[in-house]
Amino acid sequence: MSLRSPLGRVLGLGSAKHGSSIWWAERVSSVALVPLTLWFVFSLLLLPALDYSTVRAWLAVPFSGLLAVLMVAVTAYHSYLGTVAVVEDYVHAPGPKLVSLVLLRFVHVLTGAAGIFAILRIAFVA
Amino acid sequence: MPPVRARPLSPHLEIYRWQISNTLSILHRITGVALSVGFLAFVYWLMALAGDGESYASVVRVFGSALGIAALVALTFAFFYHLLNGVRHLVWDVGFGFERSERRASGWAVVIGALILTLGVWAIYWSFERG
Repeated sequence: MSLRSPLGRVLGLGSAKHGSSIWWAERVSSVALVPLTLWFVFSLLLLPALDYSTVRAWLAVPFSGLLAVLMVAVTAYHSYLGTVAVVEDYVHAPGPKLVSLVLLRFVHVLTGAAGIFAILRIAFVA
Repeated sequence: MPPVRARPLSPHLEIYRWQISNTLSILHRITGVALSVGFLAFVYWLMALAGDGESYASVVRVFGSALGIAALVALTFAFFYHLLNGVRHLVWDVGFGFERSERRASGWAVVIGALILTLGVWAIYWSFERG
């Protein structure tokens, strides 16, 4: 009988020694998203209006822009991890599985980059 | 070498009796996938906002249509459900709340909490619109 805890046994296992790294990344990104997404939703909701200039002025404030960039980046990462887990669980045929996984990576990099680009453009291009 | 045959692969969704625990578990996945799609729409909105007033107005028209509002309300519920149930999972990860009564209570709290927050957000939105 081993006296090591289940987590202690898994940490550092596998050929790449990254046995628990994806599990861990899902948790850490979810913890970060709790304050980031709540801040975004309620800040947006409490703006005096949701018209073009009001929303832009809000995102052009350095603090809002920074948090919005972080929210988009962590959301893209968390969404990537989640949808990959879904494909790995339900898509069994090797071909479609590979194509889905590559597509998910492309779509998430594209979406994350587009979101960050949009916020930076609002912040830096008046 | 034993003969290779097609073995059933986990998860076997069809063998479960539906109850609150596995219903909320699959709902966590469904809302997660819905939020991933919603994230695409969100970035589309951000890109329109980064453009001129014309591009923003056209996206707001789409989001403000009856179908758009219905989708946004559904996404609001998906967001709050996934967030609250995610916290429920984090509490489990730290090692608390595994008793049968605790699992059920936290499950119902998550569903009711998500409904209340969704109604609250849209109540605030519509009170501003009219006020």
